[in-house]
Amino acid sequence: MRVALFITCLADTLYPSVGTATVRLLERLGHDVVFPEEQTCCGQMHVNTGYQREAVGLIRRHAAAFEPYDAIVAPSGSCVGCVRHQHETVARRAGDDALAYRAAAVATRTYELSEFLVDVLGVEDVGASYPHRVTYHPTCHSLRMLHVGDKPLRLLRNVRGIDLVELPAADQCCGFGGTFALKNSDTSTAMLADKMRHVGDTGADVLTAGDSSCLMHIGGGMSRLRARTRTVHLAEILAATEQQA
Amino acid sequence: MTFLGMPVHAPRDVGQLRGDESFPDAARKALQNSGLRGNLGRATAAIRAKRAAVVGEVPDWQQLREAGRDLKVATMARLDGYLEQLEEQVTARGGVVHWARDANEANAIVIDLVRATGSDEVVKVKSMATQEIGLNEALEAAGIAALETDLAELIVQLGHDKPSHILVPAIHRNRAEIREIFLREMPGVDPALTDEPRVLAMAARKHLRAKFLTARVAVSGANFGIAETGTLSVVESEGNGRMCLTLPQTLITVMGIEKVVPTWRDMEVFLQLLARSATGERMNPYTSFWTGVHPGDGPQEFHLVLLDNGRTATLADPAGRDALNCIRCSACLNVCPVYERTGGHAYGSVYPGPIGAVLSPQLTGIEDNASLPFASSLCGACYDVCPVMIDIPAMLVHLRAQHVEAADAAHRLPTPEATAMRAVAWSMGSPRRWRAAQRAARLGRLLGRRRGRISALPPPLSAWTSSRDLPVPPAETFREWWVRTHSDGGGSVAGDAGGGGEGGTP
Repeated sequence: MRVALFITCLADTLYPSVGTATVRLLERLGHDVVFPEEQTCCGQMHVNTGYQREAVGLIRRHAAAFEPYDAIVAPSGSCVGCVRHQHETVARRAGDDALAYRAAAVATRTYELSEFLVDVLGVEDVGASYPHRVTYHPTCHSLRMLHVGDKPLRLLRNVRGIDLVELPAADQCCGFGGTFALKNSDTSTAMLADKMRHVGDTGADVLTAGDSSCLMHIGGGMSRLRARTRTVHLAEILAATEQQA
Repeated sequence: MTFLGMPVHAPRDVGQLRGDESFPDAARKALQNSGLRGNLGRATAAIRAKRAAVVGEVPDWQQLREAGRDLKVATMARLDGYLEQLEEQVTARGGVVHWARDANEANAIVIDLVRATGSDEVVKVKSMATQEIGLNEALEAAGIAALETDLAELIVQLGHDKPSHILVPAIHRNRAEIREIFLREMPGVDPALTDEPRVLAMAARKHLRAKFLTARVAVSGANFGIAETGTLSVVESEGNGRMCLTLPQTLITVMGIEKVVPTWRDMEVFLQLLARSATGERMNPYTSFWTGVHPGDGPQEFHLVLLDNGRTATLADPAGRDALNCIRCSACLNVCPVYERTGGHAYGSVYPGPIGAVLSPQLTGIEDNASLPFASSLCGACYDVCPVMIDIPAMLVHLRAQHVEAADAAHRLPTPEATAMRAVAWSMGSPRRWRAAQRAARLGRLLGRRRGRISALPPPLSAWTSSRDLPVPPAETFREWWVRTHSDGGGSVAGDAGGGGEGGTP
């Protein structure tokens, strides 16, 4: 299958290894990955901070970049959530019904990585190997906007050598929330502190999740505290093989 | 011909819908109170677990939620008609209906009604609408004493405090604090009072019983007003509300206009949804219904004050009007990670938590509560538990845009934030500009050169680095890697780990 990679602006700029891992994984599973170079950002930060007018141009660009493809995959629940649940609404609010229609069509073909693997490709064992103690944080938008449920866990349970441990109060938000982390930094930090405590309680070497943004937040907090747990995106674990280990 | 103009918002000079400071400032202070965080954490966790258990045992919970939402949406679409029907039915059964455009009008109506009875005191049933309009303060200014009879509201009143939760107004207090408040403020209290819940409840009971037996006027709110028969309903847990609704000669009910439901049949849906969502009970303990006046039985005078106070203005916004569908269960407060840590006072309004963050700004107009729609990480837990499926996260996002656009329209100078957001949108407007911006971001490598992380940034990003590091930008972006490895337009590059930095901390 030809798969268009929606890299997300964050992974593109700060976490390219998440993108390369996604490409490696999908190619290993026998698929043809393309990267539409016209893509920049889905506009989620603008939409969620109140700058919907500014986001309309980004939504138009996103729709145009991905319209030609039948399957669009992103290593992010949050950005897929924006495409699926916000693009059409923002376009309609701006009075651009034609764009709303196009955005809605692109949204129906856009998948978060674990959804694409399990629902579209029907794969739960991707042939990965990752001999580490890992705990999984289900990010809010994956969990409650996309309803990915236990798909990421089903993928992780099939990874060779992994020691998967449950994260207490896993469904609690880490406090990121985009510009919330800046505008309400104190509240965000209080939420982060509880999340880090729960991660620490698992004794895991690695905290994984389907969103680089939440991992940047929790990882940034743990880095500040010199915690021993590091953050690794779900795509990087699923891409890892015995040859690399 | 009268020109009615646009519906008005809740007035500024009265009531409890606006805080003295912005949410982030109030939250900062609240977060420093570790006792408060402990009280809230324990209490919300207990209610969350109780609710989850009783909701989990209802096989058709989702269908019930959909029914609740559909009933509310249909009612709001014909609210004017149902309100007139309610007025007609209440009047036909011996009640008197008053229409209050805002808090000031409602307070004036209630004061006049109490004065007409010759009484200088009223007993009160727990009510959000009367808290919203600041009725107790208005009565006091008119020389009328208002006594809260709901145990938690009594604790708040005796403590000269403000409610911090819709359903559990004293949730921020633990029993040791309640004991101190009773010892200090409750006339004739036993000095040997302990902080056992039963002992505290009995002290309150003794204090209140005397008032129930002597009060001539009661003031209540209403959870529901049934249009087809003019029946009002209050849902409570203690029975103190029922004392107020049945013993005094005069009953005055202040009801927000959005509380009307078309028929008795609708109660089947709402009473199931409310009890399980609110207190985590299968059935509510004291559910009172009353219809007009009955000679020799109950209050002989009944007044219904229908309150707008910004509700029509809220109804006018298609993207915000669902906030009026709220049945005040508080499930969204109990699951909210922000509310759990800051408590209700930080929101500045009697409606705190997620529903307050969308309702308060709409009742007052967005600019009077501009920080509230931003008091959320958009985690979505509120939407998941809402018994009438109010999409609070989507509404928060809508109100954020309303604020940004209102500030713009006021021709203020663009804020630094607006300038930054526009610059980012511009740089994302073409791949060429985006690549240039990414190259500029790579200058951040200099900041983290020595330690492999960035630990200090200038404002506004200092709000991030106050508690979190940032990764050093990688030497190569994803798209640079793609061009380098896939420039022939496709083909396999399996095995290339790329030149990017590892995601995460070393």
